[in-house]
Amino acid sequence: MTLGAGYHVNSNAPHEAYLIPLKLTWTAAPLEVATVTYPKATDEKYQFSPDQPLSVFTGNFDIATKFKVPADASVGLAILAGKLKYQACNSTMCFPPKTVEIKLPVEIQ
Amino acid sequence: MYVVRVSLAVAGLLFLSAGCSSTPKTVRAASLKPSKERKKAPDFALKDANGQTVHLSDYRGKVVLLDFWATWCGPCKIEIPWFQEFERQNKDKGFAVIGVAMDEDGWEAVKPFAQQRGINYRLLLGNDSVAELYGGLEALPTTLLIDRDGNIAAVHVGLSGKSEFEDGIQELLRASSNPSIPAMFVSAK
Repeated sequence: MTLGAGYHVNSNAPHEAYLIPLKLTWTAAPLEVATVTYPKATDEKYQFSPDQPLSVFTGNFDIATKFKVPADASVGLAILAGKLKYQACNSTMCFPPKTVEIKLPVEIQ
Repeated sequence: MYVVRVSLAVAGLLFLSAGCSSTPKTVRAASLKPSKERKKAPDFALKDANGQTVHLSDYRGKVVLLDFWATWCGPCKIEIPWFQEFERQNKDKGFAVIGVAMDEDGWEAVKPFAQQRGINYRLLLGNDSVAELYGGLEALPTTLLIDRDGNIAAVHVGLSGKSEFEDGIQELLRASSNPSIPAMFVSAK
């Protein structure tokens, strides 16, 4: 993912409970999710949080997902469907949480 | 094992749907608009923490600081103590702060947050309809100063300076209500 300069999203594990984490989820079929791996977050201080750093993602980063192919999976083309929820801010304002739908074509062999 | 690395189309979506530009902008607080240029603040009916329905029009005749915020909004938290102070200092002078929380999780998220911070002004729970009335509220905090006639005198989007609010409030408190304009608000939907 790519964020513009000056913007951040909360990491998947923010330090404070009221902050909305980045979260990637996938539907169960046609592949089973083994792991979702988020990048290493950085602790950053902002104008609005000068004392307590926030756990954030900035710039370019990847989220990796490992899938298992179920024994009964049908061979051929399939679509993986997922959702990415995030909440972005810059140093002076925040944007409402968004959920982006992801559709990813795969070939099961 | 099938490995998928998600680094593709989401990039643009994330950027665009957040409504971000490539350069962070500090939105300067607007100074008060001249009286003739002010538009009516749309009325709304929202519930407070006790379940009581509150209309903005209930506050006609008062100067109102209307703050759209959320518990997940860091910059909003900076302003909250200022607004508490404004409420303490001016509540007997025909002034009120109204905080409209835009949290998806509702009072479950807002009540503990408010209690922890000892918020002393009225809190209401916002919704999509009120966001639409106020132009979509694409960024928080969005704070309006509303004059005694129910007109929007200033709109601050993003973290603003405390003195900008203070100066605006004092100027609006000094101004008397315009008797030639009925203190009416635009009807709620």
